[in-house]
Amino acid sequence: MADKIIDLVNLTKSFDGEKALDGVNLYVRRREFITLLGPSGCGKTTLLRLIAGFEKPDDGDILFEGQRINDLPPYKRRVNTVFQKYSLFPHMNVYDNVAFGLTLKKKDKKLIDQKVREMLELVNLSGFEKREVESLSGGQQQRIAIARALINEPEVLLLDEPLAALDLKLRKEMQLELKKMQQQLGITFVFVTHDQEEALTMSDTIVVMNKGQIVQIGTPVDIYNEPINAYVADFIGESNILPGVMLEDYKCRFAGQEFICVDRGFSRNEEVEIVLRPEDLDITPNDRGMLHGVVESILFMGVHYEIRVRLHEDLEFTIHSTDYVAEGTPVGIDIEPDAIHVMKASDMPLATEEELEGAADYEA
Amino acid sequence: MKRSVFATPYLIWMAIFILVPLGIIVYYAMTAAAPDGGVVFTLDNLIKAFDPLYMGILGRSVWLAFIATCVCLLIGYPVALILTSRNFKKGSLLIILFVLPMWMNFLLRTYALINILDNGGVVAQFLGLFGIQNPKLLYNTFAIILGLVYNYLPFMILPIYSAMVKIDHGLIEAAEDLGANSWNVFRRVRFPLSLPGVVSGITMVFMPAVTTFAVSRLLGGSNFMMYGDVIENQFFFMRDWHFGATLSLVMMVLMLVSSFIFRKYQDDDSGGMLW
Repeated sequence: MADKIIDLVNLTKSFDGEKALDGVNLYVRRREFITLLGPSGCGKTTLLRLIAGFEKPDDGDILFEGQRINDLPPYKRRVNTVFQKYSLFPHMNVYDNVAFGLTLKKKDKKLIDQKVREMLELVNLSGFEKREVESLSGGQQQRIAIARALINEPEVLLLDEPLAALDLKLRKEMQLELKKMQQQLGITFVFVTHDQEEALTMSDTIVVMNKGQIVQIGTPVDIYNEPINAYVADFIGESNILPGVMLEDYKCRFAGQEFICVDRGFSRNEEVEIVLRPEDLDITPNDRGMLHGVVESILFMGVHYEIRVRLHEDLEFTIHSTDYVAEGTPVGIDIEPDAIHVMKASDMPLATEEELEGAADYEA
Repeated sequence: MKRSVFATPYLIWMAIFILVPLGIIVYYAMTAAAPDGGVVFTLDNLIKAFDPLYMGILGRSVWLAFIATCVCLLIGYPVALILTSRNFKKGSLLIILFVLPMWMNFLLRTYALINILDNGGVVAQFLGLFGIQNPKLLYNTFAIILGLVYNYLPFMILPIYSAMVKIDHGLIEAAEDLGANSWNVFRRVRFPLSLPGVVSGITMVFMPAVTTFAVSRLLGGSNFMMYGDVIENQFFFMRDWHFGATLSLVMMVLMLVSSFIFRKYQDDDSGGMLW
């Protein structure tokens, strides 16, 4: 396999009898941008803290370039962390914060001066050396935190929801900047977030986690287009998820009708979950279309309209379309075969509203 | 109705119990009893207050309080450090144990100390086991400092403890992450961030220790008067309220100056004040 820098083998960690991580196996390749994605409480931060050395695994091994580092204290590990709350030292100015790691290594003063200047330049905060950290905005503080970590030239940079506390516009900017920095410096990034959009934009590899376990590992495109189960489909982007039956290869049944699809390999009449992305569904005039319903609501979202179409009592589709349809209009719905994603019925529950809310709360 | 109206009771309170007494002290300090039974304005008391006799006592009070503060700091800082250590689960219980003596009357505590230190007391008996007879633990400088430390130690520990407790654990982790071993974490993060508590603790110990009375008289005997004792004497034995007031005024100015000095070293928001 490619150059593994970190290899996690069967990691298990409990807090007060509750399993935060349950037998996690994962490797991180050198120079890749890997994102741990999941709702709050899924174990992603615990995983990061194990790599950083703030927690010790109950079971399993952490290998760094092939060496077991389970018992290595954080200060001896060649990784650095950017914390969600920045955790800048309030009793030091910007210069001393950024220089902290090099000062500890007793580097030459001139070298430190030069490196600090380079790092501040990298994060676009040149000239801020003498500022007190508390006088900086959230975005600026986060940049300093990144500079403070990167000055140590870590092999791996760990980022624990670093953008969660920033406002939307700043977050988007920082996403691009972080990605650029990662490519420019050629450092491995392990990024933790509960924001699926952020994960899709930035990552080379996404690791979707739920309840202490890894659900799916893949590229953003894979994860989005080929979610392994309804949980991932639901967490990554919006989805219509409904129960169905796989009649035979390339043929399934849901919403009271039979459809041609592109999936195979299920047993005959197996109960499955059907995932339909809102942007893959097409609205047609009522006299055409495979399914029929009435427009219940239409919301303008900027690029598209979000249209809710009720097919019957228990079934409602969310459809994204650029065309306006008035509320109350009877419409038809067309579904192309490759828009139908058939998933094995999972025993893993979908993220509840509450968990998603919790993820949002975690930002504050 | 303006909100400031609600402050009125406090303003009245402050006027009656702070400003008026202050005024009375200044009035007494600047006057003396006249032969005809009235009072006359005079600066004699003030001049007398700067007499080497009283200045010497003041100097010794400051010196004793300074030593007691240092000892409190030397004992209190490590205690606070241990109490806040993550591996130490019984922190709150120990804090209660340290605070518990404060619930007892100050004089009672001091009398108890006399019993402990006196010849025939627990310490003397213990030392007797090693052949040290009649160890003279009482009525000397050592006893006074011990009394001061015993009485004021909690006031050192608590502010330092509360400053340390407030240190965000994320900062400790950040320092470890950046390569600091536990000594460097202490030197570069924990210690500097606990300094407001230290300043506060020094203030809380030094100020009352300088002004204290009774402790020195009870533990040090009559040869070891502190400034507080002199003031007490003027009021209760010499019955010279005017000179007593003058000495109090000198003390207050000293307190004011020292609290300004302490304030300079203390950020008001990051402080670990006791209350």
